[in-house]
Amino acid sequence: MTAGLTGDGSGDGDVRWYDDAAGPVVRPYAMTRGRTRSADGAGLDLIAVVVAEDPAEHPGAAHALADQTLSPEHLDIAELTRDMPRSVAELAAGLDLPVGVVRVLVGDLLDAGLVRVTRPVPPAELPDESILREVIHGLRAL
Amino acid sequence: MRPLRSDRGRTRPATAPVALKLLVAGGFGAGKTTLVGAVSEIRPLRTEELLTEAGRPVDDTSGVEGKRTTTVAMDFGRITLREDLVLYLFGTPGQDRFWFLWDELARGALGAVVLADTRRLQDCFAAVDYFERRGIPFTLAVNCFDGAERYPEEDVRDALDLDPGVPVILCDAREKESVKGVLVSVVEQRFAELAQQAG
Ligand SMILES: Nc1nc2c(ncn2[C@@H]2O[C@H](COP(=O)(O)OP(=O)(O)OP(=O)(O)O)[C@@H](O)[C@H]2O)c(=O)[nH]1
Ligand SMILES: [Mg+2]
Repeated sequence: MTAGLTGDGSGDGDVRWYDDAAGPVVRPYAMTRGRTRSADGAGLDLIAVVVAEDPAEHPGAAHALADQTLSPEHLDIAELTRDMPRSVAELAAGLDLPVGVVRVLVGDLLDAGLVRVTRPVPPAELPDESILREVIHGLRAL
Repeated sequence: MRPLRSDRGRTRPATAPVALKLLVAGGFGAGKTTLVGAVSEIRPLRTEELLTEAGRPVDDTSGVEGKRTTTVAMDFGRITLREDLVLYLFGTPGQDRFWFLWDELARGALGAVVLADTRRLQDCFAAVDYFERRGIPFTLAVNCFDGAERYPEEDVRDALDLDPGVPVILCDAREKESVKGVLVSVVEQRFAELAQQAG
């Protein structure tokens, strides 16, 4: 999945937990001991929103679901995002997983065609006035 | 935050909501967790960081000998403004050695709240400096702790050498209404910025 991450990180007691908890798919994460930038989901912003793909439109997705390579945590994320779109941060907080682990798992799900990800509004183009007006109104109405 | 559970009967919205974020910074014990909790359902968010002995993050390509992973927890809240509009709050970790995390948090942020405790005003110098340098709009919220002396807004502004444009608001981080006012003032700065650009 991720070229250049072929080293054996299994000797490090600190990172073993991830293997046990999340299955072999997160090994690249474990092997990099927390650095996930070379993994597929690594560039994901904390508030990038993860949206479930419709399996009917993505035959490969159904296949991946049936496939045993997905860990329970992958399935948790797939299920939660089917319920409603959720940000990377929200998934991490909700599943009590570190952000780095969620990035790797979401990267796997992207590969499998099970989810798609919207980028947050990039800083160069912050939301327009109408959205900001909605935010102000929304906050006042809380 | 409501428990994460799948609700199978629900139809999935076709589009993802617009997601925005605000940061909540301030010194140790300034009331960050209280503030985030006053307006949103709050959960801790964990990141795992690989640190050098000096406490700096490690580069991908560098060796890992003598390095350790540390867990950094921050406050995280979600405010659903509309079905398609969500505001996330991030309480930034206060310790200096986690400053590198701020860069990611600050990227694309609408703005920030800097919480100040008048008994230890100097604790928020670093946060004020950080947002000023990056041109990120912020509101200085003076948290009114019981027993702390009340300072006039102007004194706080002078002590922190704030730009005249920075709103200074006395607040009670435990009070929802108070916190709402602080958050609105942050977003209003962005709004004013845009309106100005539009001419
Ligand atoms: N009187 C009063 N007490 C407050 C206010 N805000 C917070 N507190 C209290 O101050 C204490 C510290 O507040 P926290 O919200 O935990 O502060 P924090 O910034 O998250 O602290 P750290 O995460 O440890 O840096 C708690 O006991 C709060 O109940 C306020 O506006 N007024
Ligand atoms: Mg706190």
